[in-house]
Amino acid sequence: MVDKSPTIGILALQGAVREHQRAIERCGAKALPIKRPVELALVDGLIIPGGESTTIGKLMAEYGFLEPIRRRAAEGLAVFGTCAGLILLAKETVEGSEHLLRLMDIKARRNAFGRQVDSFEADISIDAFEPPAFRAMFIRAPWIEDAGAGVRVLAGYNGRAVLVQEARFLACAFHPELTNDLRLHRYFIEEVMKGEVGCQATQNGRP
Amino acid sequence: MTEKGTFRVKSGLAEMLKGGVIMDVTNAEQAKIAEDAGAVAVMALERVPADIRAAGGVARMADPSIIEKIIDCVTIPVMAKARIGHFVEAQILEALGVDYIDESEVLTPADESHHINKWRFTVPFVCGAINLGEALRRIGEGAAMVRTKGEAGTGNVVEAVRHMRTINGEIARLKGLPEEELASAAKELRAPYDLVLEVAKTGVLPVVNFSAGGIATPADAALMMQLGADGVFVGSGIFKSEDPASRAKAIVLATTHFNDSKVLAEASKGLGDAMPGLEISDIPAEDLIQNRGW
Repeated sequence: MVDKSPTIGILALQGAVREHQRAIERCGAKALPIKRPVELALVDGLIIPGGESTTIGKLMAEYGFLEPIRRRAAEGLAVFGTCAGLILLAKETVEGSEHLLRLMDIKARRNAFGRQVDSFEADISIDAFEPPAFRAMFIRAPWIEDAGAGVRVLAGYNGRAVLVQEARFLACAFHPELTNDLRLHRYFIEEVMKGEVGCQATQNGRP
Repeated sequence: MTEKGTFRVKSGLAEMLKGGVIMDVTNAEQAKIAEDAGAVAVMALERVPADIRAAGGVARMADPSIIEKIIDCVTIPVMAKARIGHFVEAQILEALGVDYIDESEVLTPADESHHINKWRFTVPFVCGAINLGEALRRIGEGAAMVRTKGEAGTGNVVEAVRHMRTINGEIARLKGLPEEELASAAKELRAPYDLVLEVAKTGVLPVVNFSAGGIATPADAALMMQLGADGVFVGSGIFKSEDPASRAKAIVLATTHFNDSKVLAEASKGLGDAMPGLEISDIPAEDLIQNRGW
């Protein structure tokens, strides 16, 4: 479908970078771990992986990533956040976290399902995906407490939103990179990245 | 449908810690310093290994009230140590809600033949290893994360390097063996056959492997990362140094940018004195912590 395989950056400050890289490559796209803000210019899409949101947020602020990511996002860069990445994409958290990208109109609750002993895996059904259900790993996971009118809830668990999309931003509370199910990565590459960008749509968001 | 404490959920948390630094802390103030410096998790214990080594006597699980205070003051995961084989200490730590238990040779072992049956717990475990056989035995018992032991409390990275190189070398050797020789390799390694088979096929450990025991500088941390560690534990190295906050931050920076020598040079500047180090050959063999565990 893609005439030229896109390059997906994976923010590589800490966390499940390798797993996302493998998933992206298995989808036929190129993966580029990103450790420096200048490298953002090389990618058509960005994944903010699972990890420790407090740590990744601090390191993003410390190493000067917040503004460059916001700028690229305003130009149309598609961004996919998983677990910690969801928190970092949120406009705010219930706990009032400091270092967030604030790109999505959602309010996240951190460790919403509890500590590690409460972490779990479960089948969830995702709108737009055919059965079977998606086996989702929730590890010290957040949920989406509130979402603005422009946010589409694509999946829930026990009445809580756990997968949402807002234009070219996609966020989930669980870890698709820890299973072999590539549907969500494919959805990001084939649907989210090709979606409309504000008023001036550009293919793949290259500047 | 919904399952807690599956192996994927346990090992998954370790995957989320990759590329990070886990720091030993003995109170809430230190935990806050560690979190502010960018630690991915803290290890709650009563005394850092250098002090345990100096004090002698029996080292046990930390007082639950210390662990609770640490849990309350940080948002990152909190780990805590139980003695080898002391499954009741582990039960207590699980009840306190710690996120990971380190069944650790740094504490005085409670059982000289058996480790904890870690499959019985919902909380995940990390265990130390000095070679591949020990790592696979611990995984066979249910450990969802491994750390090379090094020699805790010495500020001397030489044992950490030895253990990481040993494991890497043993994995490389397994990869090169024909399948019919893997059963006797498993026997030599004293490791479960199915895990030996898996490692020979994939060329990597089935769980995340951090480096521990002797890391005292940003360069030490980057050295272990370049040797293939998924992340590092820093025990005495931070809070036994002259300027813990700056050193903690510098070690985090060096762990993220372990392949960037310019960043490493910057990170290594002006940190004050590192912890005083110990020469391994000056430690009597019976006092070596790495030999605990079976």
